[in-house]
Amino acid sequence: MNVESVLHALGVIVVASPSVLLIVLGLPLLIGIRLSEVSQSWLTKISVIAGLTAAIGILVVMLASGSRHVPIEFGNWVSIPQEHFHFHLKFVFDRLSVPFAILSFVLCGTVGAFASVYLHRDRGYSRFFLLYALFLLGMVVSSLAGTIETLFFGWELVGLSSALLVAYFHERPAPVRNGLRVWATYRIADAAFLIAALTMHHLTGAGDFDRLMGGGQWPEGAAAIDSTSALLVGLLLLLAAAGKSGMVPFSGWIPRAMEGPTPSSAIFYGALSVHLGVFLLLRVSPLLDVSFPLQIVVVLFGLVTALFGAIVSRAQSDVKNALAFASLTQVGIITVEIGLGLRYIALIHMIGHACLRTLQLLRAPSILKDYRMLENAVGTHLSGDKSSRSPSTSSFQLWLYRFALDRGFLDPLLNRWIVYPFINTFQFCDSMERRWTNFISGTDSRESDRIAPYRDSLEDVAKCQSYTCPGWAWRSCCP
Amino acid sequence: MVDQLSAPLLPLGALLYLATVLTTLRTKVNRFSFGWTLFSESVLLATLGCREPWIIILLMAIGIIPPWIELRNRRQSTRVYLLHMGLFVGLLVVGQLLVGADATAANPPILAGCLLTAGALIRSGICPLHCWMTDLFEKATFGTAILFVTPMAGAYVVMRLVFPIAPVWALQSIAVLSLITAIYSAGMALIQHESRRFFCYLFLSHSSLVLVGLEMATPIGLAGALCVWLSVGISLMGFGLALRSVEARTGRLSLDGFHGLYEHTPFLANMFLLTGLASIGFPGTIGFIGTELLIEGVIDVYPMVGFAVVLVAALNGIAVVRAYFHVFTGSRHLATVSLVCRPPERITILIMAVLIIGGGLFPQPGVQSRYHAATELIKLRGVDETDSHSDTAHTGASETISNPTTKRSSVSQSRR
Repeated sequence: MNVESVLHALGVIVVASPSVLLIVLGLPLLIGIRLSEVSQSWLTKISVIAGLTAAIGILVVMLASGSRHVPIEFGNWVSIPQEHFHFHLKFVFDRLSVPFAILSFVLCGTVGAFASVYLHRDRGYSRFFLLYALFLLGMVVSSLAGTIETLFFGWELVGLSSALLVAYFHERPAPVRNGLRVWATYRIADAAFLIAALTMHHLTGAGDFDRLMGGGQWPEGAAAIDSTSALLVGLLLLLAAAGKSGMVPFSGWIPRAMEGPTPSSAIFYGALSVHLGVFLLLRVSPLLDVSFPLQIVVVLFGLVTALFGAIVSRAQSDVKNALAFASLTQVGIITVEIGLGLRYIALIHMIGHACLRTLQLLRAPSILKDYRMLENAVGTHLSGDKSSRSPSTSSFQLWLYRFALDRGFLDPLLNRWIVYPFINTFQFCDSMERRWTNFISGTDSRESDRIAPYRDSLEDVAKCQSYTCPGWAWRSCCP
Repeated sequence: MVDQLSAPLLPLGALLYLATVLTTLRTKVNRFSFGWTLFSESVLLATLGCREPWIIILLMAIGIIPPWIELRNRRQSTRVYLLHMGLFVGLLVVGQLLVGADATAANPPILAGCLLTAGALIRSGICPLHCWMTDLFEKATFGTAILFVTPMAGAYVVMRLVFPIAPVWALQSIAVLSLITAIYSAGMALIQHESRRFFCYLFLSHSSLVLVGLEMATPIGLAGALCVWLSVGISLMGFGLALRSVEARTGRLSLDGFHGLYEHTPFLANMFLLTGLASIGFPGTIGFIGTELLIEGVIDVYPMVGFAVVLVAALNGIAVVRAYFHVFTGSRHLATVSLVCRPPERITILIMAVLIIGGGLFPQPGVQSRYHAATELIKLRGVDETDSHSDTAHTGASETISNPTTKRSSVSQSRR
């Protein structure tokens, strides 16, 4: 058994472990069999440990053999040789993918262990772990993807599982609306990604990162396209990364996503999903070397995001949102590092930050309770709660505070300039269609106009009085 | 005479009817006519197995009758439906009368081609002549409406009557019209207040995307469109049936509020989401590779059109998840009776799920078969497609597609 076959076997285990978990958890649900919580928990543990062990094994073998680039070929999933079309399944283990894959397994394992207790006897326990498996598979595939199409495959899985996890508590309208908003943002980002992938494919004739990046091993290698094309593709990828990582102007989905259960919130905003965008930028970083304007745009995006996150996190009134925007600040700084060409620093920063933030977010639900218990134990208030007269503030400071509290007004702006015009346009078309069919029919042509929605719950009514409906549910909550 | 184009469409058509009949609840038997459904099925299968233009037109005209009878029996206004269908049949008849015996893509009869195209596009629901489709969903039973539109008979008419004789520029113009319809329908699906209309627009958007690919006349785009034709047929059928099964339990569904039916019908909810995602070409489902091929083929010809197709897929994705959330989540539904799936419904939708996931995980056989069909269709056009570069050394199945309206031998074409 030579080194290559060992690496290949380990590589297959890394990719197969989350796939098998997804099948094992999904198939019983499909045919109506309920697995016990203990079974699901154990299956998850076994899968994560197997994948993590194999990934660490690959790292050890690579370090021992001095190999920096290990491609694992699965052949063509689809090919039309006459048209030179092929969907190549290839995974690459290199200095970028191995640490990120190990990080994915470690953090998902931590969160899985936490969630198995946190969600004990919750009605959605099975659903959570199915989505968790989908998320893990998406992360592993994205991390190790050797072609841009494979990366897109994983990217989509992460997006779907994230949106459905945000809407996990789906018996209330707010998580559902917020999940929909997250999904809408992700779809726009995914569209940008797909266009970038296809453009790259056409420019270089392949979706293989090795060919796209001139065959050099990460982080070396030069993109095999001219600077104008690199700028176009790079901007599309930056848009995709911004959507996935919640950079400005897509930051509005981050607080909405806090509706999800704490374990998944921890994975999203502290750790993996929010870093997937910057991982993408790292993966295609040789593109930045080709286009100086693209580098400037990436740095500016990062700076604006970091500044925005820093300002907004200071005015948040709940711990999860404060941590999420603090994460955004670091994501912005990591983006700046990528733009400046500091790739190893960006990678180390990303891994360190992901670990720290996961632990913070997992600790967040219980920290206030512990704080009060401590106060009760010592019989006095701990420091930091003395009221004092607020210092005089300038109008700019007041505006800045409002700006931070309202999260930069990004959601209202997107609603006002994109969502509402879109909806109004199509509602106008709908009314025109109604007139036309009424005219031809000579009578009222729409039975559907007479269908009343279910009466809203008290919770909905209460929300309508204190809360502006988010984009896609524009008037549905206000009968 | 069954050829590579028809071969998968016949079992697909039969499956659509079987699935619809199996998932029809006994309480709906007095509304949904099984006799007329069988008649419609036989007409559809005859159409899909036919290549003679006049017989296709005759069968398409006969196929209009069962929904019209149902509308009459339900005492609904049939004007919108009759007006559009009359126009559709009239245009086909006049157009086919004007087609000469020597018509080919190299020697196209412009007026006849325009009339045939207009007729076929009306049947496909091209914007702004799509209102008959939404009207049918409003007034007919959901099952009848689904069965009338999901086999995409309009696209079949395009492939048999228009594709062999239309010049490239005409096909690409049709593609642009179809793209406008796809975008418009995707936007309309997002703002609908009622589930049937939502489904209608979602389907219309997808079927228009199929037409976009079909009219690109490149092997890869055409292969993608043929793949998407099958994937959309299967996935949106499953999607529609899941919605119909829910409606059978609750009545027509408004999308203005939240219904919270997940806890009562988790199986239907999961199938609804799975089939909806498959229709938009989500990774790992039957639609993924087809959509990739379609976009790839379209970008070859018109990059901007390719980008628009991606945008349509994104909008449809949002619409599907929005509908899922509104129907199955957002509140707690209190039911006095059990709403669980019956075994026939479960088995039928499971078959759909197996096809969707199986086709997604093992797409090569389907793609190869559709690619062969695409190359044969392009050969049939009898023009040198400068934008295609397929190797014609391989031949498809023993049966090749031939055009009965032309007396052209299948000559080997030079490819770049």
